[in-house]
Amino acid sequence: MERVSALERVIRTVLILLVLVFFLFPIFWILLMSFQSNDQILRIPPSIVFEPTIANYATLLTGKLQTTAGNLDVAFLKNLGNSMLLSTGSVILSLILGVPAAYAFARFKFRLGENIAFTLLSFRFAPPLLVLLPLSLYFKQLGLTDSYFGLIWIYQLICLPLILWIVRGYFEDVSPDIEHAYRVAGHSWWTTFRKIAIPLAMPGIAAAGLLAFIFAWNNFVFALILASADKQPVTVGALAFVTASGIQYGQIAAAIVLSVMPTLLLALYAQRYLVQGLSLGAVKG
Amino acid sequence: MSGLVLSHIAKGFKSGKVLEDVSLNVNAGEIVAIVGPSGTGKTVLLRIIAGLQEPDGGTVSIDGVDMTEASPESRGIGMAFQNFALFPHFSAFDNIASPLTARRMPAGALKEKVDAVARLLKIDHVLGHAPRELSNGQKQRTALARALVAQPKVLLLDDPLRNVDAKLRYEMRLELPRLLRSYNAAVIYVTQDYKEAMALGDRIAVLRGGRIEQWATPHDVYAAPASVEVAKLFGDPTINLLPSKVEQGEFRLLGRNVPASGASGAIVAGLRPEHLTVSRTETAGGIPCELDAVMPVNVRSVLYLRGPAGEEILATVGENEAAKFGRDHRQVWIDFAPENVLLFDAATGARIGHQAH
Repeated sequence: MERVSALERVIRTVLILLVLVFFLFPIFWILLMSFQSNDQILRIPPSIVFEPTIANYATLLTGKLQTTAGNLDVAFLKNLGNSMLLSTGSVILSLILGVPAAYAFARFKFRLGENIAFTLLSFRFAPPLLVLLPLSLYFKQLGLTDSYFGLIWIYQLICLPLILWIVRGYFEDVSPDIEHAYRVAGHSWWTTFRKIAIPLAMPGIAAAGLLAFIFAWNNFVFALILASADKQPVTVGALAFVTASGIQYGQIAAAIVLSVMPTLLLALYAQRYLVQGLSLGAVKG
Repeated sequence: MSGLVLSHIAKGFKSGKVLEDVSLNVNAGEIVAIVGPSGTGKTVLLRIIAGLQEPDGGTVSIDGVDMTEASPESRGIGMAFQNFALFPHFSAFDNIASPLTARRMPAGALKEKVDAVARLLKIDHVLGHAPRELSNGQKQRTALARALVAQPKVLLLDDPLRNVDAKLRYEMRLELPRLLRSYNAAVIYVTQDYKEAMALGDRIAVLRGGRIEQWATPHDVYAAPASVEVAKLFGDPTINLLPSKVEQGEFRLLGRNVPASGASGAIVAGLRPEHLTVSRTETAGGIPCELDAVMPVNVRSVLYLRGPAGEEILATVGENEAAKFGRDHRQVWIDFAPENVLLFDAATGARIGHQAH
């Protein structure tokens, strides 16, 4: 072990703290804001000490907003439900399509293989705004506007390339001889895929699935244009807090905190799979 | 007919043809060793037999049934891979049990069989461990146990001792034949090490240039090699090869006339180092050589000599003898019996007088 001088250790700690503050402070501030009323938020100078209120959360959860202009309906819970449905549906569909495809790309060399894979990846290069106009026209023609089915289908543009490219790398890291040994032992191709290939690539599948969920959850433009109010996810629903009587910062903050929860919980759950696979040494050649 | 029969197997890739025309048969209870330098397609051949790759031509039959088109899982083969190929997320027990779970054996009978083969291979105390916790020797024996446990009719061993340390390799070379014979399977053992092949094989197939260059017992491959390359491959230190020319039924070798039966023209004469007698004092009929160096190797020593015409010659003597040859180079006298000289055609490399079958 190298000897680290006391000074180095102090500097290192200070730098780490600075980085942590830089990244975590906005989240911390939003958490604080969610427990403050609008006046407290807009007070200058801002202060950390205040009287907390749960009015913001109450509004979101009961669905009624009291403003100076009267009572408004807040559809936040419906939006949260939509986000869950759209993201979960998209990720499940892209896993069903993407994992076997990733296996095919990893194990077999076929004509135009790299071209197809790269084309799928290129969907991530284009900003959604670029394809929105022609997409909305097609959707109208196909009758897919304002449908969960249409949205989940479109979300594949976001999720599928991630699954394909990340999981392909993990399948390539599994030595083919391991699968060969299982087959020679007497198991069919499908059993080998289920019991050997997928478990050994699980860290990659978990990581890709989690990333795909996050990107699908955060998507704004597709849902804004291609769906009507009752199918909109949380990203679009946050617009509703910009009301005629002013921007409800407290509610926005509370909405953000509630929106982040599902993704955070999913990440904590998926973490188990992410770590488990790496310790097997299966990813080594 | 029982056992494994390969008939005219051919396989090529974009980079070229690997196997041209390979035919051989292995009877139940027999071990056939396939020897060849790396890259000659030994592993490709095993994969074709196992069904993991399709040949371009030829057939694979097991116990008289044509298996060329059959899927790997239906061939009833046991295979041990060079890099072990153990399932990292299964315990050693589950690794060994996998051929039995494929045959849907009930748990009681399965445990019995796995325990039995593990005891035989002395790994019964590590059955609960994961592969990453096993030593290389234990991994190799787990892979072997997995291949053996279902008592397959055909056993394919792809250089299983390659990744194992030298001492264990030597021990397994003594244990393996006994173990394999008790299973009465047709065994193919692929190796790059000719000594392993000679120790384990009932018959040896030398694979070179996509074909079986020689197909014979270990003794015949050593004493009557089919060609210069086979002679060079089998023998440590390598056989001495001295070019010469046959004139009027005789050729000159190390300054002596040796009668050549059935040979003519340019030849290469092969003389194995152990067939040379070396003496420090002048002997009648002895050929004077210069002793350049002495290298002790296990229980023998290799003498590096320079012949009368300046040729490099290797000879071996027992370790008791070697001590008498001092470090500084000196004159020695060598002798050989003409019947130990192997004659090879200089152009084709084929041994003159070799019976191809």
